Amino acid sequence: MKIVVAVKQIATLGDEVEFTDDERAVDPDFLDYALNDWDSFSTEEALQIRDRSGEGEVVVVSVGDEDAEEAMRRCLAMGADRGIRIWSDALDGADPITVARALAEVIRREGPDFVFAGVQSADSVQAATGVALAELLGLPRVAVVTKIELGDGKAVVDRELEGGIVDRTEVDVPALFTIQTGINEPRYATLRAIKQAEQKEIEVVEPSDLGEPAYRVRRMYVPEKGAGAEMLDGSAENVAQRIAEIVKERLK
Amino acid sequence: MSVLVITEHIRGEVRDITRELVTAAQDLDGPVAVAVIAKDPSALADAVNVSGVDEIVNVAVEQEEFENDVYAGVVEALAKEREPDVTLTGFTVNSMGFAPAVAARLGLGFASDVLSFRQDGDGLVAERSFYGAKVNAEVEFPGKAQVVLMLRATSWAPAEGSGNATVSDFQAPQIESRARHLEFVDVEQGDVDITTADFLLSVGRGIGEKENLAQFEELAEKMGGVLSVSRPIVDSGWVPNVRQVGQSGKTVKPKVYLALGISGAVQHLAGMKTSGTIIAVNTDAEAPIFNVAHYGAVADLFDVAEELEKLF
Ligand SMILES: Cc1cc2nc3c(=O)[nH]c(=O)nc-3n(C[C@H](O)[C@H](O)[C@H](O)COP(=O)(O)OP(=O)(O)OC[C@H]3O[C@@H](n4cnc5c(N)ncnc54)[C@H](O)[C@@H]3O)c2cc1C
Ligand SMILES: Nc1ncnc2c1ncn2[C@@H]1O[C@H](COP(=O)(O)O)[C@@H](O)[C@H]1O
Repeated sequence: MKIVVAVKQIATLGDEVEFTDDERAVDPDFLDYALNDWDSFSTEEALQIRDRSGEGEVVVVSVGDEDAEEAMRRCLAMGADRGIRIWSDALDGADPITVARALAEVIRREGPDFVFAGVQSADSVQAATGVALAELLGLPRVAVVTKIELGDGKAVVDRELEGGIVDRTEVDVPALFTIQTGINEPRYATLRAIKQAEQKEIEVVEPSDLGEPAYRVRRMYVPEKGAGAEMLDGSAENVAQRIAEIVKERLK
Repeated sequence: MSVLVITEHIRGEVRDITRELVTAAQDLDGPVAVAVIAKDPSALADAVNVSGVDEIVNVAVEQEEFENDVYAGVVEALAKEREPDVTLTGFTVNSMGFAPAVAARLGLGFASDVLSFRQDGDGLVAERSFYGAKVNAEVEFPGKAQVVLMLRATSWAPAEGSGNATVSDFQAPQIESRARHLEFVDVEQGDVDITTADFLLSVGRGIGEKENLAQFEELAEKMGGVLSVSRPIVDSGWVPNVRQVGQSGKTVKPKVYLALGISGAVQHLAGMKTSGTIIAVNTDAEAPIFNVAHYGAVADLFDVAEELEKLF
């Protein structure tokens, strides 16, 4: 069983932000980095399926600069076998379809049984890369999967709709699933595993043809706050007192 | 600019998002067509014949319920034959299964979780968020004759009134559906109903550990309310999903919603933003929950909870 998992190193902002001079991106000095939450669930799911099948490998693939290897190492420390990182400067701030094209080129040659992506990345919430990738790979796909049962030549998966309703779906395999949080409990990597992961291979690949972007960022800005909340200042005691007043008043 | 709206329906009911898309379509000044992809599209026609719709395009397919290959195949054929300038879908679970695929296959312009859009010269500009809604961006689609936009739910009011749209039929292409609907499984009803509570004390990932949960359940009761949670708390298996607020949980509208350690992700806001009074406590002054809150405090939730204990 060979499973490729697309993982992303996401960027988070604190309470301050400045933009690059052309205003098309956030100044990287203001960003922190982490593995996308969804991608730790999809990595875990791949590892469990590999281990149940008793053979095969889990390959993590990421589009990102050298820093993205930190997120990849986390997946390797969880137990993934090897990594492939794809990068060229043209991928900086790329739209999800361009990212999918870069991923497709590499994943196609791996010929996996399954490809997993996260439902969405927490920093850009496109919820698009996985399904675009499936299309480019010519694979059947199901988005927002909360359960996977493997059968012969097909799988039955739960797709979680709005309101929590589940659509049980039968899907031909090989297939791509976008994995929803809560599908499993991602393992913590032990210190020893983190050390060992340093030795695992991460191949670096430059994409050949990225095609035309699906969108281009014209400018970024801090959104207007609207009316905004009335802020309760002072000590925790003062804040609690005001909250208690508001609650009692409104529930009268 | 001509607009094509893709109808979303489940169990024979057109979902609200479709009429929201119709309202959104009026932001451009072209004709608005609404495609209904269903086993018996005409049965849904009345529900989409609302004011602002110029044409209803019926596409009969074999499948009663949504399947992503069916929608991808039909929307691709519509894009090729009718060449709408803009195709609108909801930013919904169903559309996540096909809209990016159509855009990738045909090389169309594409943006998801779109908050607003407008025509700008000959082109289109869409607004979307990045970095946990702390930054917004305008995106453009250079060189794209057609653009697919997935619009955020509950951002436009649903179109009402009855329209007088013309009706046409569109022949669906041959489609092999590789991911087939078997059955719907409804969420189990638990012994709590967070949708009827007047006061919800809602906790999110900010509470850190499972061990911390009990104190908030007690506090909620002491304050005369019910405990609800954001998705990560359910994902961790700490409480059953009957207490989850948000897009994949419950939509709630209590008199007071007190959010402790919840950032305010769009899927959470979708379930609580119309609450009577929203109070948010978060250590991050820029957390997007403060954009919908009526009262906010930049404070440690444990400190505030400890003080609240004393007051009830
Ligand atoms: C298809 C789909 C459906 C979804 N449905 C839902 C849904 O129904 N409901 C839902 O909630 N989410 C849903 N999500 C997930 C959603 O995108 C977010 O991941 C989730 O809402 C984040 O939960 P959170 O705010 O608790 O956690 P986080 O975003 O991690 O926020 C934690 C917050 O706690 C604050 N904090 C930390 N420590 C403290 C402290 N000591 N004191 C005060 N504040 C502190 C932090 O500053 C942060 O703002 C869905 C996602 C998808 C893709
Ligand atoms: N730069 C990237 N490298 C690898 N995978 C990615 C990248 N961006 C997005 N993905 C995958 O696509 C999923 C959804 O992200 P998005 O479409 O950006 O919301 C993520 O969980 C990843 O699995």
